[in-house]
Amino acid sequence: MYAPLITKPGSSLERKTGSWRTNLRPKFLQKDCIACRLCYLICPEGCISGKEKNTFISDYNYCKGCGLCAGVCPKDDIEMVPEGETK
Amino acid sequence: MKEFLEGSRTVARTVRLCRPGVIAAYPITPQTHIVEDLAQMVADGELDSQFINVESEHSAASVVLGAVAAGVRAFSATSSQGLLLMAEVIFNIAGMRLPLVIVNANRAVSAPINIWNDHQDSVTVRDAGILQFYAENNQEVADLVLLAYRVGEDPKISLPALVCMDGYILTHGHEVVDIPEQKQVDKFLPEFQPVVKLDPENPETMGYLGTPEIYMETRYALQETMLEALEVITSASQEFERIFGRALPPFYEAYKLEDAERAIVAMGSVAGTIKEVVDEMRQEGQKVGLLKLITYRPFPADALYEALENVPEIAVLEKAISMGAFGPVYTDLKASFQGKEAAPKISGFVIGLGGRDVSKDSIRRVFEELRGPQTPAKFMDVKTELVTA
Repeated sequence: MYAPLITKPGSSLERKTGSWRTNLRPKFLQKDCIACRLCYLICPEGCISGKEKNTFISDYNYCKGCGLCAGVCPKDDIEMVPEGETK
Repeated sequence: MKEFLEGSRTVARTVRLCRPGVIAAYPITPQTHIVEDLAQMVADGELDSQFINVESEHSAASVVLGAVAAGVRAFSATSSQGLLLMAEVIFNIAGMRLPLVIVNANRAVSAPINIWNDHQDSVTVRDAGILQFYAENNQEVADLVLLAYRVGEDPKISLPALVCMDGYILTHGHEVVDIPEQKQVDKFLPEFQPVVKLDPENPETMGYLGTPEIYMETRYALQETMLEALEVITSASQEFERIFGRALPPFYEAYKLEDAERAIVAMGSVAGTIKEVVDEMRQEGQKVGLLKLITYRPFPADALYEALENVPEIAVLEKAISMGAFGPVYTDLKASFQGKEAAPKISGFVIGLGGRDVSKDSIRRVFEELRGPQTPAKFMDVKTELVTA
């Protein structure tokens, strides 16, 4: 008997690990963004995407809430907000 | 062909017949002769195999893991501390469902350091998902190596196997053994057909993240497969007899057990001594017998129940103990009889740790102890005067 033990490359996308996030998640304010892409580069999960100014977002299916994006943002355009805040 | 060989050499010669593509091992007493011989065979061109030198048993196990993952039959051997250092990797080998054979020269575990025989090393990795077989003599070691490859590589099973031989008693003991012909082995053990393998043309990942959504299924599959292995071992043992012309009982050997009123259950070379004592006591008119357990994982609970249900008094004689509890085989056997009507009285005895000699007198005293109250884990031949409170 076999369980799903073997997988094709890229399987990490199938494992949605965002539920491991603790109490804060990044909120992309999309006001003063200059599209420097530092948040995209520093994200250890590789789950930040965006191209133009004020278009960057984090995929909460994978984001662990480490806060590096908020820390690196030169324009303070990313805020760490408590989980559950919708505004 | 029958030859007079050292146990380790017997293993090396048998492994050569199995045509492993990769061998990796780290030397450790009393296993070293096995891989020394294999290394020599590779160096002399007698064995077309890669012998990979490594810096530890953890690496040795990792190398054979990688070899089997790439679709190549592989072999390793170890003992004692070495097996414990392999333990982490063995769980991975089993979890990735990679069949390979490791021969373990059973030796005590430190501290204090001790290079002599008992079974504490191998029973300690019993929960990993690795098949475990225990041999009484060198012929049986050779035969079990063949059986282990055959069962482990069966596509229904695809699991690693540990073949256990008593350190020194078997590894360094010389016996007449029947080494089979290459064509017999090739028939019993055709070319390895991996269920899955790493292939650059068709990339796959093994042992990837098992989140709570899927991990439990992988463990369930391991457990179910272990139980399925009981059937595969049975059919493989029939095929073994057909090809090699000698019996290799699948789970256990019953020795004068039919009408026995008292019986010992034991694994490994001590069975030889027990058989002699059984013969002597039978001559005196005492109805005693032996069940030599060969297959320890998977545990053949139903088969053992059927073999022992009519024996009123049973002693489980073990060269290992789960500290603070009981002997591991005792625990399993008691569980097999739990809740059954008129279950036998089963007592546990710990004997021969760290190479303490198991004499015929010791065995006789175990049979005599069975007349007394049930004991869960009685240490035999222990000099309590050497132990202070």
